[in-house]
Amino acid sequence: MHIAVCIKQVPDAKNVRIDPDTHTLVRQGVESIVNPFDLFAVEAALKIKDALGARITVLTMGPPQADEALREALSRGVDDAILLSDRAFAGSDTWATSTTLASAVRKLGDVDLVLCGKQAIDGDTAQVGPEMATLLDIPYATFVKKIEMIDERHLKVTRQTDEGMEIWKLPMPSLVTVIKELGEPRLPSLRHKMRAKKAEIPVWGVNDLGLDPSAVGLAGSYTQVVRVFSPPRRGDRIVLQGTIEEQVDQLYHYLKEAKVPGI
Amino acid sequence: MDYFLTEEQKMIQELAEQIAREKIRPVRAELDQQDEFPREILGVLAQSDLFGLYIPESYGGMGGGILENCLAVEQLATACIGVATSFAASGLGAYPILLHGNDDQKQRYLPDIASGKRLAAFGLTESGAGSDVSGIKTTAVRDGDHYVLNGTKQWITSGGEAEIYSVLTITDRAKGPRGASFFIVEKGDPGFTFGKKEKKLGIRASATRELIFQDCRIPRERLIGREGLGFIIAMKTFDKSRPGIGALGVGLAQGAMDIAVEYARKREQFGKPIISFQAIQHKLADMAIKVEAARALIYAAARYMDTDPPDASKIAAICKVFPTDVAMQVATEAVQVLGGYGYMQDYPVEKMMRDAKILQIYEGTNEIQRNIIGQELNKEYSRIKETFF
Repeated sequence: MHIAVCIKQVPDAKNVRIDPDTHTLVRQGVESIVNPFDLFAVEAALKIKDALGARITVLTMGPPQADEALREALSRGVDDAILLSDRAFAGSDTWATSTTLASAVRKLGDVDLVLCGKQAIDGDTAQVGPEMATLLDIPYATFVKKIEMIDERHLKVTRQTDEGMEIWKLPMPSLVTVIKELGEPRLPSLRHKMRAKKAEIPVWGVNDLGLDPSAVGLAGSYTQVVRVFSPPRRGDRIVLQGTIEEQVDQLYHYLKEAKVPGI
Repeated sequence: MDYFLTEEQKMIQELAEQIAREKIRPVRAELDQQDEFPREILGVLAQSDLFGLYIPESYGGMGGGILENCLAVEQLATACIGVATSFAASGLGAYPILLHGNDDQKQRYLPDIASGKRLAAFGLTESGAGSDVSGIKTTAVRDGDHYVLNGTKQWITSGGEAEIYSVLTITDRAKGPRGASFFIVEKGDPGFTFGKKEKKLGIRASATRELIFQDCRIPRERLIGREGLGFIIAMKTFDKSRPGIGALGVGLAQGAMDIAVEYARKREQFGKPIISFQAIQHKLADMAIKVEAARALIYAAARYMDTDPPDASKIAAICKVFPTDVAMQVATEAVQVLGGYGYMQDYPVEKMMRDAKILQIYEGTNEIQRNIIGQELNKEYSRIKETFF
């Protein structure tokens, strides 16, 4: 079984600042970490490897220094790592990112399962996983807290939704995005750390992936960021007090005064 | 300060620091209050390959030496020396096998110790024999292809928790110091049981119990080296392990100093942070001086000890005394810097102060270490014929 794990290098949320003029993240001088949700995906892959044996390849798209994120995954026991890096990838939105990652998974050829974190803590879109699955034309399950193997070609996944839990059977190949309930990521081991330090990490660019430069990066992005701004402060808030009955009466009174339709 | 460590040594430090920060610091107070043995953390340490740092690669270890082990122990000790002692005690139990075991014994025990699958422990102290090792009474009597052990070992670190025990016994009382022998005893051997868990002032995450041998029959292949080598094996083991106790001291002192400095910068009295007062500055400065001196000693000495030098016993004793005295002083001063808060269990320094005391007592009291150093000096200078006057 071959598992591909897609990870992202993000600024350490403990230390980020927002530029007061542009309202964008100040990334200079901020330490980078592996997106925490992606470490749960790495852990999910390692759990399957522990139980059944598997080869795990970790992928990331980013600048050359993103190889640190790959080495972090290697130090926790992942077998191989590939960096997708090319000037042409700069400025990618989620669609261009998914296009790039999906073509890398396709190039790997024999991938049975793609694992991603549910979302990245910088963009917070949760789109890349589902978009990749769509591009690869494979089924996917999001917000998964438990992955079990039914047989060689089928997975049982437990999804956490706002309404409760859903248990799905998924044929492979498929894509799963995971949440933190999956289980705490293991720490590195010294042997894996030493291997990670020395590992030669292949770099794949637009040409290696056989992609049209206009389909990736800023050129391949449908999303154009026009302006970033902080939402205006909400108006005054009123905290209702008293017994439940009194609070309901007050609420009804306020809604009526505000001429809310149907009241 | 940069000690010019190798890439690999830095990785060991980094990994042990991460485990201390993420896995030990958040639970140390609870382990202390509940007297809880840190099984889960030892599992993490096993998975991280740290149990095998000083064990040769041919026996499943990482092929490092005393320095590598000290680097890991120091980092773990910054968070909790109860946990770090449970970790380090496995090395103490393993050294007799590593130093004097035959290949069969090494093949049989070292890979499991290196992987952390099985913990080792060291059984020497008895109710009537600690500082005076020659007072031990536990006997081992040859009976065909077996030895039969009788007696009780006291205050054994990881007693009841470990699987593999290196135990010092008397095989021939008439021969005095040359009549002692080391054996490997496994948990589950017939006639081998444990006493109750001791209640201690500190290092409560470390389990301390009696080892009780009542006609405990073990195969003769469990003898380490040969009969009569017991005391020599014990002394050589301590030469290897005592720098590690020093590293526990350096780590604890560093941990206490970190808290003291951070607190002194934040705590305001008379309208200023207390670090602005010289009375506090000097306390913190003395901590920094002692911690750095102790660390420099341990790193230099550990490197030297890996060359099996002739003056190993003296250097090992120096490595044990100085950093552990430093740990006691720094932890006590850290409590003073934190004042009333330091005395409360809400801050970790009161635990550090309770924990530090054992460092001056176990693995040879600091008084015994000074005896060793004094005796070695006497021997060393007796060989020098010229005068210094």
